[in-house]
Amino acid sequence: MNDGRAQLSFTLPVPCNDEAIEAAKQLMRKMGFENPQVVFYKELTQGFTFFNCYGESTHTVDYTAIHVPKVQTEVMAMKETDAFIRTHIGRPLVVIGASTGTDAHTVGIDAIMNMKGYAGHYGLERYDMFEAYNLGSQVSNEDFIAKAIELNADALLVSQTVTQKDVHIKNMVQLVELLEAENLRHKIILVCGGPRITHELAKELGYDAGFGMNSYADNVASYLAKEMDRKVNGGGLKNFPK
Amino acid sequence: MKSKLGLDFIKVAEAKKLARNIAGNVQDFVKDYSTVASERTLCRLIGIDGVNADDVPYPNIVVDYLKEKNVLEQGVLFWLGHSIASTGLSPQELAEKIADESFDITKTEIQSIEKFHAALQPHIDKAVQRIKANRKKREDFIAYIGEGSKPYIYVIVATGNIYEDVVQAQAAAKQGADIIAVIRSTGQSLLDYVPYGATTEGFGGTFATQENFRIMRKALDEMGQQEGRYIRLCNYCSGLCMPEIAAMGALEGLDVMLNDALYGILFRDINMQRTMIDQYFSRVINGFAGVIINTGEDNYLTTADAFEEAHTVLASDLINEQLALIAGIPEEQMGLGHAFEMDPQLENGFLYELAQAQMTREIFPKAPLKYMPPTKFMTGNIFRGHLQDALFNQVAIWTGQGIQLLGMMTEAIHTPFMSDRFLAIENAKYIFSNMQNIGDEMEFNENGIIRNRAKQVLDETLELLKKIDYEGLFTALEKEFSPM
Repeated sequence: MNDGRAQLSFTLPVPCNDEAIEAAKQLMRKMGFENPQVVFYKELTQGFTFFNCYGESTHTVDYTAIHVPKVQTEVMAMKETDAFIRTHIGRPLVVIGASTGTDAHTVGIDAIMNMKGYAGHYGLERYDMFEAYNLGSQVSNEDFIAKAIELNADALLVSQTVTQKDVHIKNMVQLVELLEAENLRHKIILVCGGPRITHELAKELGYDAGFGMNSYADNVASYLAKEMDRKVNGGGLKNFPK
Repeated sequence: MKSKLGLDFIKVAEAKKLARNIAGNVQDFVKDYSTVASERTLCRLIGIDGVNADDVPYPNIVVDYLKEKNVLEQGVLFWLGHSIASTGLSPQELAEKIADESFDITKTEIQSIEKFHAALQPHIDKAVQRIKANRKKREDFIAYIGEGSKPYIYVIVATGNIYEDVVQAQAAAKQGADIIAVIRSTGQSLLDYVPYGATTEGFGGTFATQENFRIMRKALDEMGQQEGRYIRLCNYCSGLCMPEIAAMGALEGLDVMLNDALYGILFRDINMQRTMIDQYFSRVINGFAGVIINTGEDNYLTTADAFEEAHTVLASDLINEQLALIAGIPEEQMGLGHAFEMDPQLENGFLYELAQAQMTREIFPKAPLKYMPPTKFMTGNIFRGHLQDALFNQVAIWTGQGIQLLGMMTEAIHTPFMSDRFLAIENAKYIFSNMQNIGDEMEFNENGIIRNRAKQVLDETLELLKKIDYEGLFTALEKEFSPM
């Protein structure tokens, strides 16, 4: 316990021999591991060797000084969220979601929006108080905004799965710029999600919230309900129909 | 073959008959039409290749030109054939002249039908001979040097850079891969042209270009010689350029092509009629080239529930089979798709997966079934992921699947590392060897979970096919039978 021991696996572009093992150990020392141990190694193809290793980390961190920005909403169950929107907003919220840009993956947005949801968490389509539109994948930012205007959307959900070469960053920033150009940004709750998304990144890119791994529809729904309440009522209990 | 599931083969025959009818009605529509992509494919097949100074491919230039002049209805070969006969120029020379506007192909002198045919024939023969030679080369390689045993181990490379893909592919082949698929750059299916030349920049994959095909084919042939085993090359024949990619693949000796009839309609919102016409032509080419097609039923399960919607997968396999037969693809070249995508939390999920895989095996006994790994419920817990992939491999060897697209424990995290692929191949090889004959040894209880599940899925498939047959496939797709 608390001995810094960690397991690593990696591949080095070197032939498989005794020097390779020594190279792996030296690299681990540079990473800050003491007593590096190579427990398994194997040539993957000519000039590449794979290692499984253990070592003891020499670094420490101050846990008490850590601050991680998070979406600070208490998560409510579906019925609670519906009831909350009924009493605080008094009408269903219009939410449009899409996997935007060239991203062809719908798994994320479907998990949040589809009736069935994901892993036992029903999606927004199942809620009484969300009017949910899932536009699917490869939706251009321009089309996305056009739909938002057409449907008078309260919130936009952007799903990004492919992150190679930071293509998601460029795409997400472009959406914010376009919304600002259309003078829509302040009217809309803008949320993004995906396995590589964090709330911190979302805020940095100009979004209201970001949902990463292990986020489900109830996280997003609770957030949207509370954020909308804050937007229209300043968080107080008032009936404020559009 | 005696059914291990006690399947009712009268019902199977009924399902195939319905699927044949559905496919036949589609074909009645398809046979009278062409598309811009099909016309560009004809350009490629008679030797038009390359791009102009603005990187526009010559096949696009020729077809767009005719379209602009409102004479494309005659077909591109009509104009090219008469122009070759009048000018003695080659199709490529004509295309270049059209591009620099030094020749108006629509004003060409119309020749006699004999001269027209004589002008085109050598160019057609050249392509046919080249495709036949590629096919023979593959067959000879397999006959004299050999190939891996089934299930073929199928892995993906996707660096975006064809030269890096080669290194990854060679490593995978050395570790035991039988099929290397070069996944395409995100969004290529929506490009209405095929990029040209060797490419080193792509998102989530590498562009499918003829030069990239050639580079990888050469690399895999070298590896095959070295390993004493033919290594198949796979790419993606789908999207707006479906038949063009089939032609390029046939010309460069590709072995496997993703070639689903419905994928573009359902997942890329591509015009339905265009897709059906293009799928037909692309499958004619793939059939002739000896290419194994893979259908994309696994994609339905990324959005639908694999347990509840299992019958839609079988229904789609049945329709895909009939559409493929119409296009002249023999059963031995039909990699009909299905997937191991049930929620791992589902009690007895392994049994239901086994039932589905065995049922698919028995309903398509000659097809090299393409079995897709768990992706939807891969969580980032790589250790559990590796176990899920192991269960998937067990079902495959047990039920005699043809093509095993290996699962990666780092699915949903990153494009696989070289070591991820190594571990996946090691996993598959271990299980395939250790459980080699389990299918011969095991029987399923009468009235047990597995037999009943297969019966239920077949019954539901029959009901769905009846609905689609009644509506017609086009109408059924418009109404979005979930998810078909």
